[in-house]
Amino acid sequence: MELALSPEDAAFRDEVRAFIAENYPAEMRVPNPETDLTKEQSLLWHRILHKKGWIAPLWPKEYGGPGWSITRRFIFEQETSRAGTLPPLAFSVTMVGPVIYTFGNEAQKKKFLPRILSGEDWWCQGYSEPGSGSDLATVRTKAVRDGDHYIVNGHKTWTTLAQHADWIFCLVRTDPNAKPQSGISFLLIDMKSPGVTVRPIITIDGSHEVNDVFLENVRVPAENLIGEENKGWTYAKFLLGNERTSMAGIGRSTRYINKLKQIVEAEVPSDDPMHLDFQREIALVELDVLALEATELRVVAQMARGIDPGPAASLFKIRGTEIFQRITELTHRAIGSCGLALREQPVSANHFMPGHEYGHTAAEKYLNSRKLSIYGGSNEIQRNIIAKAVLGL
Amino acid sequence: MDIQFTEEQELLRSSIQRLLRDQYDFEARRKIVADEQGFSHRQWAAFAELGLLAAPFAEDAGGLGGGPLSTMIIAHEFGRHLVVEPFVETVVLAGGLIERLGDTVQKQAFIPDIVDGKKIWTLAWTEKGGRFDLADVTTTARRESDDYVLSGGKTAVIAAPWADYLVVSARTSGSRKDHGGVSLFVVDRRAAGVDLQSFKTIDGRRAAEISLRNVRGQLLGKEGEGLAALEACRDRAIGALCAEAVGAMGELNSATLEYSKTRKQFGTTIGSFQVLQHRMVDMFIAHQEALSLMQHLNLSISGGEAGLSRLASGAKTKIGYAAKFVADQAVQLHGGMGMTDELNVGHYFKRISSINIQFGDPAFHVLRYARFGAAA
Repeated sequence: MELALSPEDAAFRDEVRAFIAENYPAEMRVPNPETDLTKEQSLLWHRILHKKGWIAPLWPKEYGGPGWSITRRFIFEQETSRAGTLPPLAFSVTMVGPVIYTFGNEAQKKKFLPRILSGEDWWCQGYSEPGSGSDLATVRTKAVRDGDHYIVNGHKTWTTLAQHADWIFCLVRTDPNAKPQSGISFLLIDMKSPGVTVRPIITIDGSHEVNDVFLENVRVPAENLIGEENKGWTYAKFLLGNERTSMAGIGRSTRYINKLKQIVEAEVPSDDPMHLDFQREIALVELDVLALEATELRVVAQMARGIDPGPAASLFKIRGTEIFQRITELTHRAIGSCGLALREQPVSANHFMPGHEYGHTAAEKYLNSRKLSIYGGSNEIQRNIIAKAVLGL
Repeated sequence: MDIQFTEEQELLRSSIQRLLRDQYDFEARRKIVADEQGFSHRQWAAFAELGLLAAPFAEDAGGLGGGPLSTMIIAHEFGRHLVVEPFVETVVLAGGLIERLGDTVQKQAFIPDIVDGKKIWTLAWTEKGGRFDLADVTTTARRESDDYVLSGGKTAVIAAPWADYLVVSARTSGSRKDHGGVSLFVVDRRAAGVDLQSFKTIDGRRAAEISLRNVRGQLLGKEGEGLAALEACRDRAIGALCAEAVGAMGELNSATLEYSKTRKQFGTTIGSFQVLQHRMVDMFIAHQEALSLMQHLNLSISGGEAGLSRLASGAKTKIGYAAKFVADQAVQLHGGMGMTDELNVGHYFKRISSINIQFGDPAFHVLRYARFGAAA
């Protein structure tokens, strides 16, 4: 299914496609790019896109964006996702970058934006806390003004890839007496500051993706405050809106379905009744993808005509994550008993894995993707958003 | 991919909306359904006058050249109002087959009367025990001088009791389930040897078991061309039926949401309960996805795109299950009221149940879709 493209946009699509084919680094093509690459390896594609001027499709031209139309941004997203390229770090480019150029001052823009674009700074997100998950407005990490500094104390958690991060953007409480939403500020903290400690959290797939971040008497220059004190909730919501944009994940789901079909053909004899069962299940999830893709294209076409999509992002997040969870579950089922094995982390060629190579990441992907319906605003929160914004409930 | 309707299409849509709002509210429909005949000639004439019966036909066949997109627009609005009159049967099924297969004389003889609302048609393809297999045909057609003589039977033919003419599938060669040898014939419903046993359908329409004993029929197209034509006809029928289902889903969602904001239990509106809010969000999403797929399918039909038949099966599956989900939940959330004949909700439920059976249910089409995928 394709968006109806003008000749210019079709040429742009071909250009993107050719650029990926010629420039995507071979050493990033590993069984599971999300866990198997070093920090340096995972930045290779980022740097190539930066050199090309394509690293930040969302950004306005004046801050280093390519100045693409909505349609071109969508084409780029579609092509990179179909080709299975590792997306540039969302926390930097998609999340904190737009907050800085929208709400930051000139000095902050000058200091941070170029380093985000180049990949010099790796950012992580200090939102969740042990007591504040879906109910983010209750964050308790405290920032107390002390002359030109804030003294920050608290505990952030589920911090993705904090082990690589140079900076963390944090929601901190600056007014303990205000209502939950109105006492929060948005603060940028250097991870090398004294008092910042990172502790790994190992998830059920065995990987080290998320962390606890402890902040003990961390001195943060007041110039690192974004916008106004106690207005952080506004910036946080703005950021969450960006986080949920491209979550339909059509390209990725399509690739995983194609792989699933190959695995089923190799693993399940065609005279086994399970073969038909798999075919049926695959057809159903394929149709879920098709309907979501048609919806995404409909929304993109509407946006290109200037129509506000409303909380379409919540719909994409809910369905995109449900679909991908289903695909990884079916893939794990398709490899049968070999699904008992889980790759050891950190990954090494010396570890033995039973069965065919195509199944070696099935278990970890199945386990890891359970997170999808929880993070970025759980799917229940997304349903609350639609209930309120669309249904008026 | 999103359909930005042309001015003409917008005009078509708003004029149908106006007509149905003024003349086809739920009470008016109830009277039509309860009438002995079960449909309204007056409404049919109004549809003709508005150009709805001409809309999809090519201009050189006496139509307005609106194609499958006009069918989609009409069927969507008809779905919203639970229109019982046989638009799909007359215009999309029989009309589409005549336009595709008929010779000049046949087109001139039949299409103007369809367009003017003078004659009602339907397609008789289903046979007992054949379930949803278009090739499962045991009715035979024997050549006799310039004509053919048909014998056999058809089952559950919607709109047959209303019809002036039938398009009937019959074998000119081969045996049951053979893909070759299926041909299509025009049969006068009142011809000697045609016998109908009529019954009411769950969605307030009329259908019939048809027996054919040495009935004269006129060949439509060439011998053996029937199956390919029926397959293409099914794709277009699915495009229209899906649009009807999506129209019905939208109405069910509005009604359910409205009800949840007024119905009080435990001292508060039931729409304030999170479990019901989330249910209605899922109904909303189901409708949005179905709407997108409906547009995608009808654009593909319009463009005659490759892989169309697979897509039609896919849409019938996905939209069928989505519509069933919405219908189930709409009744559930309306509680006892959803069970009553008085409220429209149960009638949408029945319409969706009927659509899901026609031309193959979702369980049939998901396997058909899967087999296409395996072949690719």
